[in-house]
Amino acid sequence: MSENSSKHTLDPNKWIDKYADYLFNYAVTRVNNSDLAKDLVQETFFAGLKSAKNFEGKAAERTWLVAILKRKVIDYYRKINSNKGKAEVRMNFYQDGDNEGDWLEERVPQTWGNDADKAIESEELKSTIDSCIDHLPEKYAMVFRMKTIQEFETEEICKELNITASNLWVIIHRARTQLRKCMEENWFNN
Amino acid sequence: MFKKLKITCDQATTICDKGQYGESTFFEKIQLNIHFLACKLCAAYTRQNARMSKIFKMKAVDCKDHSHCLSSIDKDVFKKELEEALSKK
Repeated sequence: MSENSSKHTLDPNKWIDKYADYLFNYAVTRVNNSDLAKDLVQETFFAGLKSAKNFEGKAAERTWLVAILKRKVIDYYRKINSNKGKAEVRMNFYQDGDNEGDWLEERVPQTWGNDADKAIESEELKSTIDSCIDHLPEKYAMVFRMKTIQEFETEEICKELNITASNLWVIIHRARTQLRKCMEENWFNN
Repeated sequence: MFKKLKITCDQATTICDKGQYGESTFFEKIQLNIHFLACKLCAAYTRQNARMSKIFKMKAVDCKDHSHCLSSIDKDVFKKELEEALSKK
């Protein structure tokens, strides 16, 4: 759409063949829901089409589409952030009073069986982890997955989700303590 | 100085979690080790946390081996819709 040959151009007719899988993979690793990821990719293509006239050709076509998708993911993240989150977080420590910061009695780590390392690569274990992650509030699950499973750099996640590093560590900490408890109940002491 | 070294269990386990990603500072490691002297619960949490990290690592490797693709049916639907939108432009 740009006439200048030194600039990048858009060719919407080839978007699906060239970028659909890449964008879908990008989205699904962030939202962990293939139907939602599909919707986000579809919205991205339509948004791209709508704003094609604003494309200046400074970035490559794929980079430009990824930037649009990123905004969609952030919008989704903000939506779930405002809808729910805190109510589903189970606290592990006293939040105030003389005992502030101490373990809550019912949440203290229990002794795990000696066979805690049993069949560490079993499918059953993988599905237990998935189920425990799915029980986290969505924003916690998203940040945890990006940091721990997809192994993104802290800075990258903060930039992408517009959160501070200390906010990220609070989320990771709460997610991990909740996951530890869930795994304790459903795997290690099951 | 001693006040700065004293941390709560909540703070200790947060440092432990950062440590699982190699992102705790030298000072935080000192704070954590001093905390362990008086707190067996957090020491247990740390041992278990290391086991959890091993499992998460396995999950991460498994996840990287698996790339997500759209089905050809989905792509055809996308193509049709995009063509329609293009023709309206």
